[in-house]
Amino acid sequence: MLTAHLNPLASSLFSLIAIASLLLAFVMLGSRWLRHYLYAFAAESWLIGILSAAVGLYGNYPELYLIAILTVVFRGGLLPYLIFRIIRRLHVSREVHEILQPSSSLVIGALAVIFALGVSSRIGSQLGMSGTVVVLALTVMLSMKLLGFLMLAARHEALSHILGLLVLENGIFLGAQILVPGMPLLIEIVILFDLLIVVACFGLLVQYLMTHVGTTSSLELRRLVG
Amino acid sequence: MVGALLLVIALAPALAILLIILTRRPSLSTWLNLIASIIAFAAAAVLPWLAQSQAHVYWAGYIIIDALGAWVVLCAAIVYLLASIYAVGYMRLLDEEERLPVFYALFAGFALTTLLGPMMNNAGLYWIAIELTTLVSTFLVAFERAAESIEAAWKYIIVVSGGISLALLGTVLFYWAGSLVIGPSYDMTWTALRNAAPHMNPTLLTLGFLLVLIGYGTKAGLAPMHTWLPDAHSEGPTPVSALLSGALLNTAMIGIIRYLSVVDAADAGPLPRITLVALGIVSLIVAALFIVRQEGIKRLMAYSSVEHMGVIALGVGFGGALGIAGALYHMINHSLNKSLMFFGAGSMMRSYRTKEIGGIHLVSRRFPVVGALWLAGAVAITGAPPFGLFASELTILRAGLETKATWAAFVMAGLLIVIFIGFLNHFRIMYYETPEHDNGVQGTVSAWCALPMWLALLPLLGLGLWWPDAVWGYFGSIAHALGNGALIGGSPP
Repeated sequence: MLTAHLNPLASSLFSLIAIASLLLAFVMLGSRWLRHYLYAFAAESWLIGILSAAVGLYGNYPELYLIAILTVVFRGGLLPYLIFRIIRRLHVSREVHEILQPSSSLVIGALAVIFALGVSSRIGSQLGMSGTVVVLALTVMLSMKLLGFLMLAARHEALSHILGLLVLENGIFLGAQILVPGMPLLIEIVILFDLLIVVACFGLLVQYLMTHVGTTSSLELRRLVG
Repeated sequence: MVGALLLVIALAPALAILLIILTRRPSLSTWLNLIASIIAFAAAAVLPWLAQSQAHVYWAGYIIIDALGAWVVLCAAIVYLLASIYAVGYMRLLDEEERLPVFYALFAGFALTTLLGPMMNNAGLYWIAIELTTLVSTFLVAFERAAESIEAAWKYIIVVSGGISLALLGTVLFYWAGSLVIGPSYDMTWTALRNAAPHMNPTLLTLGFLLVLIGYGTKAGLAPMHTWLPDAHSEGPTPVSALLSGALLNTAMIGIIRYLSVVDAADAGPLPRITLVALGIVSLIVAALFIVRQEGIKRLMAYSSVEHMGVIALGVGFGGALGIAGALYHMINHSLNKSLMFFGAGSMMRSYRTKEIGGIHLVSRRFPVVGALWLAGAVAITGAPPFGLFASELTILRAGLETKATWAAFVMAGLLIVIFIGFLNHFRIMYYETPEHDNGVQGTVSAWCALPMWLALLPLLGLGLWWPDAVWGYFGSIAHALGNGALIGGSPP
């Protein structure tokens, strides 16, 4: 278990990165502009890449260096670039319809984090690990999950949906690096590629939506009910 | 022997895809897909016999074929075969000659991923297989390129990807719980998890299971995560609807069954099973409400899928030898019967040129043979004797009465009666009510479309009338391999 005998420096570095990623998730939640949303996502992916490398260094898992590179290249570079291109082609720069104002979604997001903290501190105390970086990692993982769902639910723009899904997965990556750095390499690589395919799919669908429905807002998707 | 069969099952669709992409000839791609489905079915049909006594593990432990997996593979292969036969006739009606190779390549790819899913021995690989089914089938749902199809495909990929990401979180939590017992790095096979489960932290395990249940439950169409299902099932081409409903849902359900056996081994309290039973009941309620006042013919079938997944969830949730036997028996009945119903609905939709139940009338007069088959299927799918679904639903009810959650069995019986009345009322309107203005019908139902309906109905009748001892023994061995877990101490006889 990596977290059991971790030196204080590494532990604080992991905590710092985890908290910074959580903050970036809040930046995404609070921004109206898709471009800012995208920058925050890219920065978050970079942080997760750095985290992988740090876990690899301190926990002596050399394969995590590869994962760090893959994360930075795909999730920090290629994915944001692809989405950026779609944004430019579709001429959607900001969220037009919002169910929730960014300010109120920030408040709900904060409540979600408190809930996640409650769940993970209970599990942490049962495992006898309260106060360690494990609880923090679990909190960030669960709360980024909840924030991602909040983004999916509170926004209508198809691109926000794609980004919301990616945030869901970012949370898992971040938590998994700290909690289970030994999870087989195969799976993590396939997940990275899998995400690429997802974005390819989504790009295609967004195009379809534009040509056939005439909008990328899911508010217009209401032919099928009942 | 089993290894060779697995290779055949995987390679037949894979080769078909390759050849279809290389040749790009519409008529040839139809035949390639049909041949692949026949080969895959022939191989899958003997699999349960060979896998009954022991589980076979291949490819460094990543692939497993046990009695449970073989059964679900068989269900998927049956639907693939029936849907491929039906597609020969149906795709001609769509008039998309030049896009046929694309369709069949995706169709075979979708079948391949659903066939591979149950064989995965590694929880992470299983997740990847399920995610792949989503990616491939999205394009099939959007195939007709109408605004509705694209809307359905978009909802499908967003809702299911969101749901399945919860399953990934659950998978990570299971791995973590295991790593506290086994060590930081291990192969996350089902057996490894089950062996380590008694030493895992029960709270963590329960949390992981609930996440996995919601995640794969989304894919399996359990309410209230079913929202993608009626859209995707009703807007894709009919062979795709059949494969989505009859094969894909079972493939997602097997993940829940396997994880449940891990949680059973840990003795983590009744919460996991109670949640599964509750989801089953909610699915039945939602299905009953929407079936009674449904207007779209394929949406009616889709909500019936929600109902059947609810029934299977109840069987699995009740557990014990009876519950598992009923659930697995229900799986094959569902696969056969739902294919039959979708085929009938697709043919009627094309003949009457409408998706509305109100636009279809006097079916038995216009289509005596196909109409009779479809009506028999409708009687079967609502759980009336002498068809297979009566037997499987009764078995699940008995399993429910033996647990302490008898209330769930009574609620289930009540809702099944509501669904019976609601579903057949729609058929009464379509068959016996004289319309105010008659739009007439177009063309006849081709033999390619009628043949799979016969092929589905006859085994369904057989399964209802005669349930051999060997099948009982087979289900018993699966329940035993899963650990014979049941809800709150109700022990099977």
